[in-house]
Amino acid sequence: MRPLLITVALLALLAGLGFVLPAWIIFLLSLAFARGLAILSVALLLRAGLVSFGQGLFFAASAYTVAFVMRAWGVREAALATALGTAAGVLVAGVTGLLLARYREIFFAMLTLAFSMVLYGILVKAYALTGGSDGMAVATPTIAGLALEAERLRSGLYLLTLSCTAAVAYLTFRYMNSPLGYAARAVRDNEVRLEYLGLSTWGTIYLTYVLAGGLSGLGGALMALNVGHVDPQLAYWTTSGEFVFVALLGGIGNVLAPLGGAVVFEILRAYAFKYAPYIWQMIMGSAMLLIILFMPEGLWTIYTSAVRRIRIRRWSWRRLG
Amino acid sequence: MNTWLIIAVDGVAFASWLFLISVGMTLIYGVLRILNVAHGSLYALGAYTGASLIIAYFRHDLWPYGSYLVLFGAALLVGVIAGPLIERGLLRWVYDRDPAVQLLVTYALFLILEDAIKLGWGADPYYAYKPYQLLGQVQLGGIAYPRYSFLLLGIAVAAGGALWLFINRTRFGKLIVAVIEDPEISTAMGVNVPRVYVITFTLGAVLAALGGAFTAPMISVAPGIAVEVIVLAFAVVVIGGLGSLEGAALGALIVGIVRAAAVHHIPDLELFAIYLVMAAVLLVRPQGLFAREERRRI
Repeated sequence: MRPLLITVALLALLAGLGFVLPAWIIFLLSLAFARGLAILSVALLLRAGLVSFGQGLFFAASAYTVAFVMRAWGVREAALATALGTAAGVLVAGVTGLLLARYREIFFAMLTLAFSMVLYGILVKAYALTGGSDGMAVATPTIAGLALEAERLRSGLYLLTLSCTAAVAYLTFRYMNSPLGYAARAVRDNEVRLEYLGLSTWGTIYLTYVLAGGLSGLGGALMALNVGHVDPQLAYWTTSGEFVFVALLGGIGNVLAPLGGAVVFEILRAYAFKYAPYIWQMIMGSAMLLIILFMPEGLWTIYTSAVRRIRIRRWSWRRLG
Repeated sequence: MNTWLIIAVDGVAFASWLFLISVGMTLIYGVLRILNVAHGSLYALGAYTGASLIIAYFRHDLWPYGSYLVLFGAALLVGVIAGPLIERGLLRWVYDRDPAVQLLVTYALFLILEDAIKLGWGADPYYAYKPYQLLGQVQLGGIAYPRYSFLLLGIAVAAGGALWLFINRTRFGKLIVAVIEDPEISTAMGVNVPRVYVITFTLGAVLAALGGAFTAPMISVAPGIAVEVIVLAFAVVVIGGLGSLEGAALGALIVGIVRAAAVHHIPDLELFAIYLVMAAVLLVRPQGLFAREERRRI
């Protein structure tokens, strides 16, 4: 019961902050959650032992879908645009997954990278449709049919982003503790034995991949709505590389770790761009090395070890008491 | 001159460049089983070092053709310093980790070197065009080609040939093959495996820097040259089969020709022709054209 209470309280707090905090922090948080979804999808794949250097593919496909449906079909409703964008992510994952589910390790990483770079190429080249490397603007959305003015819209989009993220995080949590979620972990541990158990490795990876595509798609759609602009950089492989980095930073053990990592990362980046713009990548790389070498489970290790220490202390108190 | 001949010449010229930038990567993967993302940074280091040395060289009134030796020197310098440093300092700690983790370690290294280069050389571009101009152009069927492209072809063929001879015809090459086959048994047989690793990685680093140094006169050396090279080299190496020397050569040739054909016939496709080739090859032969199929291990 307690985790539920904490979760509800946390959500209420986050939602309440949407009306209190200054606009730039709200914006930062919205971005963090949108990217957090893509990062969560990377974490899902990492749990199955697969490194995707191409989550930008779904992220960008969905973001551009949002921009397109708003321009071409005159869609204004944010929730509808988000749904369409997510559907685009799922669709792209459904098609590319048919091919990719056969591959592992480096081949998987490189092929995902190649696919996202193909999309990048298309987005840059199809100038008439996509505005080339300038990207295209996303029309101002309405939320639940209401056309809000700038300040309110920011809060509205934040609430939309937060509720989508929360809902999806819960679903992902359920997935991780479902037979399918355990099967994905088994793929990483030993896929041959998974087959002995009568489960399809291909099917497991395919489903996980499509799920990850949908998550990234949702993130991309929310990103497009929040930023109000999309550009091909979303599909570039360094964007995807950043997702992998944050997934490692946060840890992949549970749902909250990648999302928390995303928030920490977004804040860090905002300050790094202000104070250390020239060595930003160096800081990122060094942090990544330190985490890989010394904290294999990510920043989440700090939390779990703290919890363990507190628990041990409490136990010892009881014994003494 | 008919278009196909132009495509062939263009394609081969581009292929020789592709081979130079990717052969080191395939060598390192073949022996260490690590896909080195930082390969692009080593290339960039070679390019920057080459460019600065060339600019310094031409400031003095020296024999202009000596500049090619300077480029070789720059590549050796970068490779011999950076290679052992990276392998001993970083990679040897992750040999027993997941391939995915190793990939991420080299990616982190790439990020660090990217900024290190910017700190060392600044964000302004370097122009070291003299060695390129020096050779002039040659008329081929009414079209002027820079002779430098043929120099590049020569270097690519020489580097590939020398590497092949080194691996297949020398004692140390046989040790490398033994380590590729089975590092544990090699250790048991008295092969100094860490030494093989260090030398191979250094060799790969020198090759990457060589590609960079000889590219420097053709381009403006500016931040961002590392990124594109990584992706191109990956594609070439994956098409040929990771770890295969012949594969890298064939992969470079295929990609070079296809790209040249795309440039002449469907210019819009140029940017991702290479990925289409890669996807097509992997569909038919997932392990690439030349690599052997991995055994499944329980």
